[in-house]
Amino acid sequence: MITEFTPIQSLIGGMLIGVSAVFLMASVGRIAGISGIVSKLLIRGDHTNRYKSGTAFVIGMLIAAPLYNAFSGSLPFQFISSNTTLLIIAGLLVGVGSTIGNGCTSGHGVCGISRGSGRSIIATITFMITAFVTVYILNHVIGA
Amino acid sequence: MSILASLFAGLVFGIGLILGGMTNPAKVQNFLDLFGNWDPSLAFVMGGAIMVTAPGFWLLKKRGFSVFEGPFQMPTKKDLDAKLLGGSAIFGIGWGLGGFCPGPAITAMTMGNASTLFFVAAMLVGMFAVKFWEARS
Repeated sequence: MITEFTPIQSLIGGMLIGVSAVFLMASVGRIAGISGIVSKLLIRGDHTNRYKSGTAFVIGMLIAAPLYNAFSGSLPFQFISSNTTLLIIAGLLVGVGSTIGNGCTSGHGVCGISRGSGRSIIATITFMITAFVTVYILNHVIGA
Repeated sequence: MSILASLFAGLVFGIGLILGGMTNPAKVQNFLDLFGNWDPSLAFVMGGAIMVTAPGFWLLKKRGFSVFEGPFQMPTKKDLDAKLLGGSAIFGIGWGLGGFCPGPAITAMTMGNASTLFFVAAMLVGMFAVKFWEARS
């Protein structure tokens, strides 16, 4: 599956993510790290401000696509693997890994690197390497 | 106001991910496929995000506290431990396999492809399992 290189659109999309991260920090003082926000919502009995802010953030993410669709008339093309087993294994690994490692692409990759955190820089290099290797094996060793 | 601000931030984050192409797993996997149909778009998403966030955080740091909820909740850990490396390594494998990381997966839940829901359900189970295990130990 070939996808089109979209430098301008992707740059603008990335800048919007940055605006969101800065806005969340300025308004409620929190890091826009999605794995952290979501995993903390799964703890029972947490009804603090963090819980309310996290829930609202996730609801915001969920209304993004319908709103995008309403304004632009269509949503961008998606190609998702039809192999359900593979998706479930991938989801488990993403959930387990990002929670043990305290962050994902947003928490470590965007916010962590932006505040110059050594931990986040190392985490980002680590998950980039394993992701590159995984796709290489998937496409060029198994799928070759 | 905190709730409205968080809702707005989530909305802008989601729009950014959709516009950036990150809700399409094939695009993410093509970024990760250096020796195949390489699509460098994801680097522009990351670059664009850091370009705004880094100076933004730097300016905020001088101020030191948020508008609605007081001091910034910044991560305090400094040590590079096995959990950081091991967890990140596992995360990267899952990211490569599925082409989804947590943000785009949550955002894509309302894009009408049922496959996304399998990924998110498994992701939530994984997150809960670690939180449960951490709470017990």
